[in-house]
Amino acid sequence: MPVLLATDALVWLLVLAVAAFTWYSSRRPHLAAPWARVFRSPAAVGSCVVLVAYVLVGLLDSLHFRPALPAKDPKATVAYAVEVRSVLDAALGVLRSRTERTYSAPLATRLYQKESIEQPGGGSVREFPRLRHGGSHLKNEADWGKDIALRVLAGLAGAAAAWALLVLSLRRTAVRRWPHVPWRPACAALALLLAVAGPAILLAQGYHVLGTDKIGQDVLYQALKSIRTSLVIGTLTTLVLLPVGIAAGIAAGYFKGWVDDAIQYVYTTLNSIPGVLLIAASVLMVQVYVDTHPDLFPTVAQRSDFRLLSLCVILGALGWTGLARLLRGEALKLSELEYIQAAHAFGVSHARILGRHILPNVSHIIVIALVMDFSGLVLAEAVLSYVGVGVDPSTTSFGTMINAARLEMAREPMVWWSLAAAFFFMFALVLAANLFADAVRDGFDPRVRV
Amino acid sequence: MIAYIIRRVLYAIPILVGINLITFALFFLVNTPDDMARMQLGQKRVTPEAIQKWKSERGYDKPLVWNDAVPGARRFTDTIFFEKSVRLFALDFGRAEDNRDIGNEIRTRMWPSLALAIPVFLVGLAVNITFALGMAFFRATVLDLTGVVLCVALMSISSLFYIIGGQYLLSKLWHLVPISGYAGGLDAVKFVILPVIIGVIGGIGSGSRWYRTLFLEEMGKDYVRTARAKGLAESAVLFRHVLKNAMIPILTGVVVVIPLLFMGSLIAESFFGIPGLGSYTIDAIQAQDFAVVRSMVFIGSVLYIVGLLLTDISYTWVDPRVRLN
Repeated sequence: MPVLLATDALVWLLVLAVAAFTWYSSRRPHLAAPWARVFRSPAAVGSCVVLVAYVLVGLLDSLHFRPALPAKDPKATVAYAVEVRSVLDAALGVLRSRTERTYSAPLATRLYQKESIEQPGGGSVREFPRLRHGGSHLKNEADWGKDIALRVLAGLAGAAAAWALLVLSLRRTAVRRWPHVPWRPACAALALLLAVAGPAILLAQGYHVLGTDKIGQDVLYQALKSIRTSLVIGTLTTLVLLPVGIAAGIAAGYFKGWVDDAIQYVYTTLNSIPGVLLIAASVLMVQVYVDTHPDLFPTVAQRSDFRLLSLCVILGALGWTGLARLLRGEALKLSELEYIQAAHAFGVSHARILGRHILPNVSHIIVIALVMDFSGLVLAEAVLSYVGVGVDPSTTSFGTMINAARLEMAREPMVWWSLAAAFFFMFALVLAANLFADAVRDGFDPRVRV
Repeated sequence: MIAYIIRRVLYAIPILVGINLITFALFFLVNTPDDMARMQLGQKRVTPEAIQKWKSERGYDKPLVWNDAVPGARRFTDTIFFEKSVRLFALDFGRAEDNRDIGNEIRTRMWPSLALAIPVFLVGLAVNITFALGMAFFRATVLDLTGVVLCVALMSISSLFYIIGGQYLLSKLWHLVPISGYAGGLDAVKFVILPVIIGVIGGIGSGSRWYRTLFLEEMGKDYVRTARAKGLAESAVLFRHVLKNAMIPILTGVVVVIPLLFMGSLIAESFFGIPGLGSYTIDAIQAQDFAVVRSMVFIGSVLYIVGLLLTDISYTWVDPRVRLN
């Protein structure tokens, strides 16, 4: 039974909007030109490949359903599990279900802690017990190194084959269509991604590639699930912020007078309140609301989804001020220009001037602000979750992963794998987003054109 | 000048009133005091008497904005809005959940916050400007490119990892400084040094990249070309002309945050166990102590407005062309 969570609906709406915008602007040379400039930058092309990989994982994780329970008698109506799963969960099947008792190191075959084990001949010894799933296919533990090496080699071989196939098919289609795009970094990024993914897929069949956490969940699975949370926060927030910021900024700059005063007053006031505190206060209030209205949120998934959505709304409602200020300045400048004055003289209505003359001429600021905000929001999520005002604790996110792992720093030997996993997954995402945002800024900003 | 300052202070009043209304709406209208009482006392099996007691102990049992039960001016003053929100203007913060005086807590906790925030601010500024000047000096060379790439990479790391990594390396592996804690007086140095280093490193990425753009923008201007044409050495151009003129945009971003240094750093303080205002706020958020959060929101806003005023005044100081009137 498919389940449509609120954030899912918005995510797919956003995908539709982006697709429509791409289609629209690809047929208009003046809209396509800045994007062509963006995709002439090697860094943008390379980072775009990485971002696409992240987005694919996130989108797979945004198709939710409730699996049918195995029916005891075939005639009965199908019953559905209470638990909500996503297509990604289904694809990762084994990763989700194979849990251990507690921590285990990456690729380990034995648990992190010693436990008493009953000997067959009576009595018990304290030693590291074998994992339930990690390396359980090995008959002899001494084969561990050989098995790993074999899987890595096979994975790399598979990755190389997949890469060659992809590059060849790209050459047939995309390279011929867009010859100006530097395809070399795209191929390099693809090779890197596949070289990591190939061995990881094969290793994940028999081991916990990035270890397990305190309750024995696979860390790789958690990291992959965190991607959706990051992307949702990074994108849906801008969806909230955009209409408010555009309307307020352009109205203030175009109408001037008391409209300008009122809007400036609102955003100075919002700006004056320390961001984290206002977010914290708002999130606390949402939490009180959720706790006092349990009947509105029947399942855990819905509750945590509402919390995620409200976090986006809060971040957006507080984050529009920066965009509004930029747009106000630009609209102020534009509204004095001759062509706008001419439009006024011809008796063109305000709505038409705003829509046809001002908005298209500030659109580059909007696009730049959009992509620039993304990485900041991803980083902010981790900090907010640490403070305790981020996503619901039951939602997997980089912030909750770091938060849980942080407490285990003092252990000896140290439990480092959760932190390392969160670090690398986050670093790759934010770095790619930053590089892409830089290229977009260079491509769109008329001032830096060289 | 003085007339200008007075006008700016007067202009700040409606903003503070607005902040007050927003926080009041957030804390008392979205959720009633009953909701908060239930939250604090636990969800299940809360008797109405317990809620009533909780509310009257904290003064939440009054009407929100208008009290019909009492005569005269007290109709306005004997309300939650007056007691909890308007009182903030007189810096009367009331009491926290643990019945301690919030104003008193703030006065003692602001010193550790400053001991951490001021060095991070000053050292960070010096390091960032040095880095940015270096990159601007070697612009369009391999050194500059490496610097920019490094900055983007540093920017892409969450501040949490800087703290975790620093604690692990310096404290756990090399045993140079204690992992966390705080002591008064000169002993504070050994507790504060690690957070300061981490705070500075964490800020290098975005800071130096931003300053580099400012310097490069300044270097494209005509007066720089004139200075070079007159035969000035590149270092003289950089230090005597570009640096001084780039101070104006740098000040815009920097002076605003000076008053906010009092608020401390939320994350660093709670990670390092420094008993400043940042960790106070975090504890309050986690304990859902609304009185403390409300007070900190108010103080933070006041300090921000002070920062804006200082920014304007500092313009006249660095740029004689600017006249405030």
